[in-house]
Amino acid sequence: MKGIVHSFQSLGAVDGPGLRCVVFMQGCSLRCAYCHNPDTWNTSGREYRVEEIFDKVMRFRPYFGKTGGVTVSGGEPLMQWEFVAELFRRLKEAGVRTALDTAGIGDIGGARAVLLSTDLVLCDLKFSGEQDYLRYSGGDMNKVTEFLKLTETMRIPLWIRHVVVPKLTDGRDQILKIAFMARQYSNLQKLELLPFRKICISKYEQMNIPFPLRDYDACPEEKIQILYKLIEESR
Amino acid sequence: MNQQAWKNFNGGSWQDKIDVRSFIQTNYKPYFGNEAFLAPATERTRGLMKKLGHLLELEREFGGVLDIDTQTVSSLTSYRPGYLDKEKEIIVGLQTDRPLKRGVNPFGGLNMTRKACEAYGYRLSEKVENEFQYRTTHNEGVFRAYSDEIKAARHCGIITGLPDAYGRGRIIGDYRRVALYGIDRLVEEKKKDKQHAAAQRMDADNVRLLEELYQQITFLGYLKDMASMYGFDISRPAENAKEAVQWLYFAYLGAIKEQNGAAMSLGRVSTFLDIYFERDFQSGLLTEPQAQEIFDDFVMKLRMARHLRTPEYNELFAGDPMWITEAVGGMGEDGRTLVTKSSYRILHTLYNLGSSAEPNLTVLWSAGLPEAFKRYAAKVSCDTDAIQYENDDVMRPVFGDDYAIACCVSAMRVGKDMQFFGARANLAKLLLMSLNGGRDEKSGVQVAPAHTPYEGEYLEYDKVLELMDVYREWLAKTYVGAMNIIHYMHDKYAYEKTQMALHDTDVHRFMAFGVAGMSVLADSLSAIKYAKVKCIRDETGLITNFETVGEYPAFGNDDDRVDSIAQEQVKLFYEALKRNPAYRNAEHTLSILTITSNVVYGKKTGATPDGRKAGAPFAPGANPMHNREKNGALAALNSVAKLSYDVCRDGISNTFSIVPQALGHEEEERYGNLTSILDGYFVQKAHHINVNVLNRETLVKAYENPECYPNLTIRVSGYAVNFHKLSKQQQLEVISRTFHEVM
Repeated sequence: MKGIVHSFQSLGAVDGPGLRCVVFMQGCSLRCAYCHNPDTWNTSGREYRVEEIFDKVMRFRPYFGKTGGVTVSGGEPLMQWEFVAELFRRLKEAGVRTALDTAGIGDIGGARAVLLSTDLVLCDLKFSGEQDYLRYSGGDMNKVTEFLKLTETMRIPLWIRHVVVPKLTDGRDQILKIAFMARQYSNLQKLELLPFRKICISKYEQMNIPFPLRDYDACPEEKIQILYKLIEESR
Repeated sequence: MNQQAWKNFNGGSWQDKIDVRSFIQTNYKPYFGNEAFLAPATERTRGLMKKLGHLLELEREFGGVLDIDTQTVSSLTSYRPGYLDKEKEIIVGLQTDRPLKRGVNPFGGLNMTRKACEAYGYRLSEKVENEFQYRTTHNEGVFRAYSDEIKAARHCGIITGLPDAYGRGRIIGDYRRVALYGIDRLVEEKKKDKQHAAAQRMDADNVRLLEELYQQITFLGYLKDMASMYGFDISRPAENAKEAVQWLYFAYLGAIKEQNGAAMSLGRVSTFLDIYFERDFQSGLLTEPQAQEIFDDFVMKLRMARHLRTPEYNELFAGDPMWITEAVGGMGEDGRTLVTKSSYRILHTLYNLGSSAEPNLTVLWSAGLPEAFKRYAAKVSCDTDAIQYENDDVMRPVFGDDYAIACCVSAMRVGKDMQFFGARANLAKLLLMSLNGGRDEKSGVQVAPAHTPYEGEYLEYDKVLELMDVYREWLAKTYVGAMNIIHYMHDKYAYEKTQMALHDTDVHRFMAFGVAGMSVLADSLSAIKYAKVKCIRDETGLITNFETVGEYPAFGNDDDRVDSIAQEQVKLFYEALKRNPAYRNAEHTLSILTITSNVVYGKKTGATPDGRKAGAPFAPGANPMHNREKNGALAALNSVAKLSYDVCRDGISNTFSIVPQALGHEEEERYGNLTSILDGYFVQKAHHINVNVLNRETLVKAYENPECYPNLTIRVSGYAVNFHKLSKQQQLEVISRTFHEVM
């Protein structure tokens, strides 16, 4: 079994609990306006065998502690679900905690195969409405809902994540709606608001792709705290 | 006579002989709780710190030196007592008669002292010049004996930073002995040793020992005199916590008045002192705010310690460091942790007095440390960037559980081991010299004996290694030769009388060698092996540059192909050193540590096959080269962890910088994750790590507006430094280092 992997981050401290080795898969069907990894969109790159990736991430096991483990992100990992399912199966066998960082869009049967060996799902809820979803990411929101329901059925702990872009996704109603939608899922453990940042701009320049949100401001940390409070008070 | 001093202590072998470890083990109380008990700075402390802060500001404004006493040669009793604020101080004693005023100490070298005075607008007085007219300094002795070859090696920078013009330092007196036993008892023991030595065969070694013991005894007397000038009688042991700190500090103060050694470390005192604090708590003599006040005052004194240095010295060892290293925590051989409440108290001074580079607080990390202490240390790192970590689990099996750290990473048993410190050899330059048949690639001068230079157009791995084998032997022989001369002369002309009086007479000696440019060498050899490296020669045939085509695995990516090259090269150099006997039968040790001299070393080294340009800085210590780590921070740590402590017993330094956001979203998360990093790194037998949790932007701002960041402390190779004390070039180098961030 082979997969195309974009890169590794041996020290991931913000994609799931504890310290995590993050494997970034190559290829994504969405084109989110705020994507910070445009270099993972196409599907060409170096192929690795599951075994190679397994050996590589196991080198970081001493750092996993009581909560850390491996997070597979991307790109969209579900595009290469067979590879991810096999990798996760191997990791579970070795007693390593697995997390899937996904947009929730892909083959639902494939997703089921991956989820069989997944300890935690990190899923983006990118926009609060179908139209925005299509417009700013090119994706079908119903697919995401279907995926989230599957995680609920399979009782996989779920973190829902939402990127806050000032003047695009930070409206009071938008945020409250995201929170409302997230709370529908009984397996929800955490709702994370991630500040929109613009350090990816150099990647876009290098790749000669116009950055759709060039004129938007980065989201200050204080804003995130205010929105968390808003969500808290809406309960 | 010790009834009052030792009342309520558990007895043991420490009462019959000088054995501080036995005293600690039979009396200390491990602490497993968290930091909630700690007390904030009292109003007195804040007022005093404000006063000190003002003086520090003046010192900064005056270009780094507040004042110099050019008339008086520094020694234990040569200055009148000095105070920061006589009424308010709890612990007293200054190096000279006024705070931050520097004394002159020409015993290491007169020239260095002259130049240092002149650099700050002073002139060494006629009086001192005359006094030293008929006296040989360490520096003069060394240069009488240096060979032409050593001088050439030193001049071109293949060996740099030799302590041949100032005090060698790196010796830690067991300052605790003065508190526990009092001077009189220590003198009594030394006299016994001297009588014993007098009965031995009178060979040169024994004669030298007899003279040294005479000097030790004399200086213990001076130490007593020095304390009595401040109104204290330290002939007897300390009777309470405040006295214990004061006695111990006097002993340290005596050492830094006598010696201007490069690193004057404190040892491992906090858990020792904790026993006195606990006893006073039991007797109702002390409250927590009072206990913290004593620690705060003590640390304030340590922050005032200064030596007079030349600007060139500061270029090599940036930031005017003293390396007042205090080892905190660790585990006992019986499995109990050595963490006590006072381990917390000394770290807490970073909050009560603000962050600072000195003392150089070093946490001895072990898998077995109490979780609460691990978390607290991680919190201190996140908040202050002022502490470093060293692996107790690799040092304890070698040094037992009462060792301390000299300078940055050099472990030694307190009072039982000493070391002959000796800078480092430049491994990247060794490679270039090997290719060039012993010529310096920068000047073309023949430094090492001539041998056929590398002849082909492209570098072949095996041929390069063969040439290195030839020149490695030469370098090792030359280096050991220089060190033997230096330490022979230092013993002869600038012997550490106070510090050695606080060691066992039968002391074990290390000779501490070092290497720089390890990652440049590993990457260069990797480039030769896995990419294509073409030599570019000048008109005289000297290889001065390289053209490297293709990719090669770089050190810092957890890739065995290159990491094994690094391991092998370090081992080969260590073995070559060991083939050359060391002065006084010292045991050879090796460090991979550059302090901040990685900038200076880089300057002195031509272009290298890894693509590094001529003159560009090396990575510090054992760090991977900047921005060649492509798999994140932990992969870089894994590479460094592969370097074996068995061949680098003098330490393997690694500096790690991460932006707070990359360590976790929230504070508690960051503490937990940093703890996991340290646990994961050290369980792989890594030796040392400096941790900086800060944003590059902060450093850029501090670079541009230093006055706005007077207390910004960062960790560099093995010590902490006040960022504004670095040269502009060093600041830029620090900024250009890899900061692990999230994308």
